[in-house]
Formats: sequence, C-alpha cells, structure tokens
Amino acid sequence: MELDTALLSRLQFAFTVSFHIIFPSITIGLATLIAIWEGLWLKTHDPRYLQLAKFWIKPFAITFGMGVVSGIVLSYEFGTNFSKFSDIVGPVLGPLMAYEVLTAFFLEAGFLGVMLFGWQRVGRKLHFFSTVTVAVGTWISAFWIIVANSWMQTPQGYIIVDGQFHVADWFEVIFNPSMPYRLMHMLLASFITATFVVAGVSAYYLLKKQHIPFAKKGLSMTMWIALILTPLQAFIGDQHGLNVQEHQPTKLAAMEGIWPAQEENVPLLLFAMPNMETEQNDYELGIPHLGSLILTHSMDGAVQGLKAVPPEDRPNVPLVFWSFRVMVGLGFGMIALAVVALWLRKRGSLYNQKAFLTALALFTPSGVISVLAGWYVVEVGRQPWLVYNLVRTSEVVSPLPAERVLFTLIGFVVIYTLLLGVYLYFMRKLVKKGPPSMSHLEEQLIGMKAPGYALAWVKNLKHEDGAK
Amino acid sequence: MDLVLFYFLLLGFAVLMYVLLDGFDLGVGILYPWFDQEGERDHLMRSISHVWDGNETWLVFGGVVLFAAFPAAYAGILSTFYLPIILMLFALIFRGVAFEYRFKAHRSRPYWDFAFSAGSATAAFCQGLILGSIIQGVNAEQISEASWYWLSPFSILTGFSVMAGYALLGASYLYMKSRNRIQQHAAYLAKRLVIIVMLAMLIVSLWTVLSSDAIRARWFSGWNFLYLSPLPILAIVCAILAWRGLQNTAHEIRPFWMAAGIFTLGFAGLVVSLFPYLLPNQLTIWQAASPDTSLEFLLVGIVIFVPLILAYTLWGYRVFAGKVEDYQEGY
Repeated sequence: MELDTALLSRLQFAFTVSFHIIFPSITIGLATLIAIWEGLWLKTHDPRYLQLAKFWIKPFAITFGMGVVSGIVLSYEFGTNFSKFSDIVGPVLGPLMAYEVLTAFFLEAGFLGVMLFGWQRVGRKLHFFSTVTVAVGTWISAFWIIVANSWMQTPQGYIIVDGQFHVADWFEVIFNPSMPYRLMHMLLASFITATFVVAGVSAYYLLKKQHIPFAKKGLSMTMWIALILTPLQAFIGDQHGLNVQEHQPTKLAAMEGIWPAQEENVPLLLFAMPNMETEQNDYELGIPHLGSLILTHSMDGAVQGLKAVPPEDRPNVPLVFWSFRVMVGLGFGMIALAVVALWLRKRGSLYNQKAFLTALALFTPSGVISVLAGWYVVEVGRQPWLVYNLVRTSEVVSPLPAERVLFTLIGFVVIYTLLLGVYLYFMRKLVKKGPPSMSHLEEQLIGMKAPGYALAWVKNLKHEDGAK
Repeated sequence: MDLVLFYFLLLGFAVLMYVLLDGFDLGVGILYPWFDQEGERDHLMRSISHVWDGNETWLVFGGVVLFAAFPAAYAGILSTFYLPIILMLFALIFRGVAFEYRFKAHRSRPYWDFAFSAGSATAAFCQGLILGSIIQGVNAEQISEASWYWLSPFSILTGFSVMAGYALLGASYLYMKSRNRIQQHAAYLAKRLVIIVMLAMLIVSLWTVLSSDAIRARWFSGWNFLYLSPLPILAIVCAILAWRGLQNTAHEIRPFWMAAGIFTLGFAGLVVSLFPYLLPNQLTIWQAASPDTSLEFLLVGIVIFVPLILAYTLWGYRVFAGKVEDYQEGY
C-alpha cells in the first residue's frame, strides 16, 4: 500500500487531539465542582464538602497533568505536520492561541501549585481564591480554543493577501457565527462530563456500601446539577444544530444522512448505513417528517442534502452520522437518568435503588464518550476542509516523507495507549482508596488553623463515621 | 520601536525564561541517577513538583509567540526538525506524568524514576540538538530527503552541552533548596558542572566562529569584539562567583543566580551571532513576520498580561520559599 503523508498526518492529529480532549473535558467541570465544594465548606464549615473537595482534587490533579502533557504536543503539531496551514493562517490563529496561553495556561499553572500543595502555606480564603482561579482559567482556555476552532468552521473578518489570511476585523474573527453556540455547548458538556464522573463513583460506593455519607452527598448534588444541565444542553445542542444548518449545510446533511440535493420530507433516521458509493442510505429506518420538523420547525421544510456538493467536497458520512447518534443517544440517556433520580428522590429511594445506581455507575464515562463523538461530528464533518470552504486539508500538510510520519504515529499510539492504561489504573486505585477519613481531615484542619467550631464538627463526624 | 523587533525580543525573553525555569527542573531530573536513595529522590521531586507545570508553560508560550508573530518560521522550524521535536515531546510526556504517578505508585516506582530522569535528559538533549542544527543551518530540501540531517558532531555536542547546563541549574537549585547530605552532594556535582559547562561553551563558541564566516565577521570585524567582550568576561566572572558560593553554604542562593547569569550571557551571545535570522541564511525576522494587524492585536494582551504573569509566578515561588520540607504536604 502506498503511504500517504496527508492521511497519516491527519490520523496522527486526530489521534492526539482525541486523546487530549478526554482530559480537559473532565477537568473544566471538575475544577468548577471542586471550587463549589471548597466555597460551600468555607461558608458552612460542613466537613463533608471539604471531604468532597479533598477527595476529588486527586483525580483532578492526575487528569490535569495528562491534559498538560498531551496539550503541549498539540501546540507544536500544527507546525510539525501542517506547516503550510500554520504559515497561511498563523496571523489569525496564532494570536488567538497566544491569548489562550497569556490569559489561561499561565493562570492555571500559576495557581495550580497553591491549589494542590498550598493548603497549609496560605490562608483558607487565599486557597479558595487559587482554586477558583484555576477553574476560571480552564473556562478562559476553553473560550480561546473554541474561538480558534469556530473560526475554522465559520471564517469571517479576514482578507487574503498573497495566499495568507490577514485579519480585517478582530471582532468579527472572535465573534464568528458558530462561536457562541459551540462555546456554550462545550462548557456545558464539560460540566456534565464531570457531573457524571462524580455521580458514577458515588453510585459505585453506594452499591458497595462504602463511604455512605460521602457518597450520598456527592450523588445528591450531582443529580440536582444534572437535572438542570442535561435538558439545557439538549436545547443548546438544538440551537447549535440550526446554526450548523445555516453555515455548514453539508455537515448537517452528513449528520442526518440526507442525500438528495434538496429534500422536503426529511425523516428523523433512527438507523441507517450511509453508503458513499451509491449515494444513499442502506437499511434505513426513520420517522417521516420529524427531521424537517426539528430542523426547520415545519412539517415539510426543505433541507440541503449531500448531493448539492460534488463528492470530493463531502466528509466521511457514516462516521459523522454515527458519531452524532452516539452523542445524542448518550445525551438522552443522561437526561433520563436525571429525571429518574428526581422521581426516586421523591420516593425516598435515591440511594438504594440498585438498578439505578448500576446504570449511573456504568454512565461514569458517558460524558467523555459524548464529547469525543461530538468533536468527531464537528471535525470530521468539516472535512475535506481545514478552514471551511477555503483551505483543503490535503493541500496544507508538511512536505514530510510518509515513513517519518508513520514512525511518529506508531510512537504516539504506543505511548498514549500505555498512558491511558496507567491513567485508568491510578484512577481506579484512587477510587478504591476512598475519600480521606474525618480524622485525616482533622489533622489537616489543625494545619490550616481552622476555627474551633469547624474542628468540633469534624470531631463529631469522626465518631459518627467510626460508629458505622 | 519596530514591532517586529519587539516580537523578536519577546520571543527571546520567552525562550530565556523557559531555559532558566524548565532548565532547573529538567536539570533535577537529569541528576536523578546521582541521588540513589528513595528518600533523596522523594526530596528532589518534591522540590519541583509545584513549579514544573508553570515552567513548561513558557515552552508553550514560546511556541505560540513564534506561531503568532513569525508563522513562516514556526512552520519552517517545526517541520524541519520534525523528529527531534516529536522525540522531545515524547520525553516531556514521560517526565510530566511521572510527577503525578510516582508518589502514588509502589511497585512501579522504579519505572517512574526512570521515566522521569530519562525523559528529562532526552528532552534537554533534543533541545540542544535543535539549537545546534539551527546554528549550523539547514536547507529546505533536506527535510524531504535524509532523515538524520539534524544529527551532526556539532549538534550532538550542543545536545550534551544543554544537558550539562540544565544539570548545573538543577544542582545549584538543589543547593539552595536542600539541607545536609543532599545539599553537600549538590555542591559537589555543581562544581564539576561549572567546569564542564564553561568548557562546553568555549568549544561551541570556537567551533561556531571557525565554521561560519558570517558569525566570525559578526564577532571579530572592526571593533566588534571590544563591544562584545563583556559577554564572555561576565560569564567567567559568574562562573567564579558560582564556584565560590558552592564552597560556603552561607552563600547558598548565589550559585543558582550565577548559573542563570551564565545561561543568560550565553543566550545573548547566540542572539548576537544569529540576528536577524530565525533560520540562518534563510529567513529573517522581517521576512517571517505576521502583518501589523496581528502584531498590534496581540501587543495589547502582552502589555497587560506578561507583567501580571510575572507577578503571580513570583508570588507562587514565594509561597513555597525556603527549604523543601520532607513531611507529607499537599493534596
């Protein structure tokens, strides 16, 4: 088989960026949750909140570390593998990424040391401030990278000078049409991802009858959060979809499996095998008119299909189509769990309904999987373009020999597979170890010079937990 | 002032900050094999585990400044040095995750020790290789032909030189942050490293001057050497002061700053040699520069945030000022 540098570079980028996104999508939400718990602890002095913050900060730290090392790779990979792309879009994307480093990466790194290691070196309020700063840093980072990505999806505010993109209006570049939707969708996705990770682990403890007061607190909080965020996410997702339909009709057609150039009765496909050779779906099963209704809010609104553009301008349809269904399917699963939780809560059996707790434990990675699937829709759906309708991916790769890219791709696959295994092993180890005990917290509170009544509360709970 | 020149200085500042800051924590990793007791290794890692992430951020910053201000150079340099850069990234991954996993591991601890020290050493060596190859210069054609053009006697020499330099920064950092046996051992190592680093700088300088007409002209035509002579002279002064600080723990902070001084002067000498090229004889800073709209837009952020970053980075170091304590502290 003839090796193709463009294909290998794309595979390598796809692989490394997929691996990377797992970690920030957890840490953005988890940092926020930890900040909330630490704030609640400061306000109420309920040691359960401190216990939650102190427990989750460990998985947070290793997840954050994985995000840092896999992120550095990406900041160099544009240049190593897509040198022509870097050259022609550098004046637009370079400053956006520089702002990300200036306003987010340094902020996170600068306060992370204090957040992780400074409990006894700074006052409680300054420590809380550090935790909040790290959380805010993760949001800011998401903002800039989403701006850069969205500009590649819906470019505007540029002029082309000698083949290079120059900026005519920075406001237009930053507030490009898809940015607000993508940003909201991604931030919510991160919050939900972390919420289900915490809920899943709490459910696991309840099933195992371990650390019960701790697990109840975690589960109760996260189910309230999920009840608010998951339906909101469905609404934002729908709005985002309409935005895609307006600006990237070919991507939308791939998501929905619509082939005719103009289709008036769009079904909502539940199952299909999009066939790129015959330009139609095999084994199609769908609900007539429902697609039109969702997309155009009318029973037979017209939607542009894949055949409106030549085959070389279409993305890999089955991949986009199925990734989209995985994301939406898991999303509805999460909504269902949040609603069931509310119902069980009313009945007073939230903490001991075995089937529900099992489902929740199985849903621990659901957020991560949805985020990955969602990004496949976004990124594969944009192909064959890097900058939508303007820059073709295959034309801007580095002129490297294919064997060299194959060599590094294999290296990444081996190293990342190893690392993922190690990461999961240590996460499991942390979960098995469980939250810090109340007597452990008591020692730490003395180190933090916490007020007397906070200490008394911990002492109280120490006896209670000990009695169980 | 010329905006392009400003960005060149900023890039230089970012690279220098990276070299000094990540230099000492990579250096601590490079020195791992010389501290073989479990407790010593715990101490070494604890001395940098709260700062390595911030230090490495300067590498990302250098990368994005290059991308934003000199996209042609970002594209050219990174694709030209494809293999050493990817290899450096692999090495940084291994040493970075070792921080998180080593303390949580039991049976696998020797592997994490190895990942940490080999990763640190390899990352430093790759950076030296790239530096040496940039000084020597490469043609665009070489990228698509031979794979090993960045591997030459000279680039291997600079690879080991950078390793030795980082090890010197690491040893003098440990001399400042540790007590008793570790401090004494760090002093012993740092003294040898001062000599090695000064010798390496001498050989690299002579080699460069002898092999490149342009660089020779830069240093020795007219009165140039007279103006430039403070660079080597001050470097020698720094080395002597570092040595004397290592003799007496009453001056335990001084060797670190003197080692940083040696690095800064060496880096200044490099800039003198290469200016205004980003890739020698191929790409000047003006040819590679982004349009003014991009440079001006980013300038606002730099003026506001770089001072802030320096301020809170300094604060972070002050929170953990003084000796590293070995009791269990942290999250």
